[in-house]
Amino acid sequence: MHAAVIVFPGSNCDRDVAVALARATGRPTTMVWHRDTSLPAVDLVVVPGGFSYGDYLRCGAMAAHSPIMREVKAAAAAGVAVLGICNGFQILTEAGLLDGVLMRNRELRFICRDVYLRVETADSPFTRHYGVGGTVRFPIAHAEGNYFADDETLDRLEGEGRVAFRYATAAGEVAAEANPNGSARNIAGVLSANRRVLGLMPHPERLADAALGGTDGTVLFDALVESFK
Amino acid sequence: MTLTAEVIRAHGLSDDEYALVLSILGREPNITELGIFSVMWSEHCSYKSSKKWLKTLPTEGPGVICGPGENAGVVDVGDGLAAIFKMESHNHPSFIEPYQGAATGVGGILRDVFTMGARPIANLNALRFGDPAHEKTRHLVAGVVAGIGGYGNCVGVPTVGGETNFHASFNGNILVNAMTVGLAPADRIFYSAAAGVGNPVVYVGSKTGRDGIHGATMASAEFSEGSEEKRPTVQVGDPFTEKLLIEACLELMATDVIVAIQDMGAAGLTSSSFEMASKGGLGIEMNLDLVPQRETGMTAYEIMLSESQERMLMVLKPGRENDARAVFTKWELDFAVVGHLTDTGRMVLTQKGAVVADLPIDPLAMASPEYDRPWVAPAKLPVVELADVPAIDTITALKTLIACPDLASKRWIWEQYDHMVMGDTTQRPGGDAAIVRIHGTRRALAMTTDCTPRYCVADPREGARQAVAEACRNLTAVGARPLALTDNLNFGNPEKPEVMGQLVEAIRGMGEACRSLSVPIVSGNVSLYNETNGQAIQPTPTIGAIGLIDDIDATATIAFKAAGEALVLVGETRGWLGASLYLREIAGREDGAPPPVALHREKREGDFVRAMIADGQVSAVHDVADGGLLVAIAEMAMASGIGASLNAPRGLAAHGWWFGEDQGRYLLSLPQSQLAAVLAAAARADVSAQVIGSTAGADLILQGDGAISVEDLRTLHEGWLPAFMSGPDSNG
Repeated sequence: MHAAVIVFPGSNCDRDVAVALARATGRPTTMVWHRDTSLPAVDLVVVPGGFSYGDYLRCGAMAAHSPIMREVKAAAAAGVAVLGICNGFQILTEAGLLDGVLMRNRELRFICRDVYLRVETADSPFTRHYGVGGTVRFPIAHAEGNYFADDETLDRLEGEGRVAFRYATAAGEVAAEANPNGSARNIAGVLSANRRVLGLMPHPERLADAALGGTDGTVLFDALVESFK
Repeated sequence: MTLTAEVIRAHGLSDDEYALVLSILGREPNITELGIFSVMWSEHCSYKSSKKWLKTLPTEGPGVICGPGENAGVVDVGDGLAAIFKMESHNHPSFIEPYQGAATGVGGILRDVFTMGARPIANLNALRFGDPAHEKTRHLVAGVVAGIGGYGNCVGVPTVGGETNFHASFNGNILVNAMTVGLAPADRIFYSAAAGVGNPVVYVGSKTGRDGIHGATMASAEFSEGSEEKRPTVQVGDPFTEKLLIEACLELMATDVIVAIQDMGAAGLTSSSFEMASKGGLGIEMNLDLVPQRETGMTAYEIMLSESQERMLMVLKPGRENDARAVFTKWELDFAVVGHLTDTGRMVLTQKGAVVADLPIDPLAMASPEYDRPWVAPAKLPVVELADVPAIDTITALKTLIACPDLASKRWIWEQYDHMVMGDTTQRPGGDAAIVRIHGTRRALAMTTDCTPRYCVADPREGARQAVAEACRNLTAVGARPLALTDNLNFGNPEKPEVMGQLVEAIRGMGEACRSLSVPIVSGNVSLYNETNGQAIQPTPTIGAIGLIDDIDATATIAFKAAGEALVLVGETRGWLGASLYLREIAGREDGAPPPVALHREKREGDFVRAMIADGQVSAVHDVADGGLLVAIAEMAMASGIGASLNAPRGLAAHGWWFGEDQGRYLLSLPQSQLAAVLAAAARADVSAQVIGSTAGADLILQGDGAISVEDLRTLHEGWLPAFMSGPDSNG
């Protein structure tokens, strides 16, 4: 698998995800600067976490209009897989590649901790190695992760099986007390209509190394490698 | 314009100091020059009250590449890498405007570290707030924590550790001490000494505005009612620009363009330009019209004294300006050649074609006043006898202690800090020390901050010894070898002999402990005048420490790993309750001498504990500190969910055994199969070690003295801070 990571001014999880990708692919990850106007031929584009443009105006709003995002949108339309993590998820919603918006956390505070997620679909190149209904543990680190869409959109996403992950208890129960940020219907990650664009607030790259305390994230990156062999 | 006595006094210069200004210049200064003298000779920039004593601290050792005097300390960590680290206070600004004060404190200490060529890899912070019942405390906690998080999270450097205490002495003067640790190639450290007559002097980063003018002077004066009106002197931080500045500086540092570099911290363009010129023995000519400005009509005085954030001053090799400009343009940062080096030894500033300041550099920077202020040693307090402290039910006391403000879980704080970004935090907050892996290797740095102000107010010398020893114990408890320290000395008004005595005694105590434990102090910061309406804070010599771990698999955490293991207490227990949390929280008393630190035993014990971790003999380790033995056991239980069955104390009253704060102690949990070997090793090392119980079940069971479930302990321990912060004034 060839993967590229987009670097915006203010991205700060670009290296972390590049390390996780390199571990999965066995080859270096291509880093693409936000002002570049073309993408290399890749199977996967990652829009990483961080504070692109300092979160000024609105999280992800300015990055969504940077030159490289035109190319990312074109690539997505052509079927290239796109993964947006945390700020990357915010950018993908601002760019119109995914439904919904990410609002301030319910408690209005930044939260950094491990959360449990229930896997809602295995029908995507990202989640194909997880068991549906199983739980995974990923860290979150955000102040604006409160997923919102109108009921009609939420019903449609659910109807089309495009909710990828929901916040859950360690036992896998989707419960109010397991929702860290107030997200609608406990949604932590969603897929595009063609199921090849995934946005999620939790960071799979942060638990993709046993030395960091877990490898649930490794499964996602390995699944991608398997998908694009 | 003639300067009136009032103007001179408003600049914080004493009559003697102003007389010195006149003799240096041979004339009256103009207002810009007076402003420059004022900030350069402020306590904050000149260390005039503490210099004499700081010189007595041990600052050298086999691994030290650069000790105090540069932006941060530099220590060799092997494999061609150096750790660069320092701690610095932002106390006064954080009290006036907690979010921006704390945020810019983080920004400033980050710059001190990346100025020297290091990529920052971790932040820590040591916070002291007032009484939780005080009307401002909740508002200050909320603002400071949000500010530290807001800045550190955005720049993408993990905030991995620290400490938070509460005491009424900080009601009107909180302490915000921020520490940054970075890594750089050991042969590519950047220093601030200017070199090369004619070389360009370059300004990069944010534009200069009117914010923060006279911040250094404010940080060198006592507070009084109405100090909140000094809010305009608090700087405003922009972590996004800082992130760009980090990336741009590190990118440029990978080339050979930079001769010298210095961040603009306290006293902004003034201190950075004077320090660079002074260290290089050169002069600078600077055209202030070329300084990027955020506002129109700024005077020379304002430009030179602004403390706008996220700015750096560099000396470049001649003819390489465009190479450097390209990097800063890529990162969308200002870049301006503002002057050049001269051989005159003078700082000559021009604006609109006229000379607005012409000052000799060395007399300002090097020959700043140094005082031997009068001091009196604090009286020694009597030792509190165990028999004179009332004993209450042990379990009741434990429940009170683990939920008291100083011991309650600080999860509410550290969950607002991104402590995992950069992907190398292998031990997260909540243990004895954080561990951050050296990227791409199996090696790691452990880091911690420590000070126990209630010991320091009781006996500054003993308290400072304890702060150093405790910082080293925290590193030891995770398996790290202490490498070096940074200090942040927070005290009251040094013009009062009692306060000066606290400072002198604390520095002596630190020096004693450092020499005994063979750890040098390589950087530091002094914050004096921490008083409001004449009321001084508890003296707080905060110690920041880093240690080296050779293999991240050979480390320890505080969490019990299995039931049925032996619990071994290392060190000696006499039941010392003077100045303890038991005395304060249970008996309502804050008196007595603090527990003495037996430095001659400290090193032996540390070496023994590290050896047990390295040999894989132990499964969990915790240093026994605030609250004593039973609190330490409870913390190990809460971290794991596994309980313990504990033997009844022999030969000592229960409250002394369980809650005494005797120093130099560790708890080890280990499989029964290792017990004989560990006890034998302790005997060989001449270290006291005894079995005090075993891990078991889901409750803490004290033989003959009651029990409590680990779940109940957790509820109490985790409950206090969130409940406090959700109180009625949280948006105050």
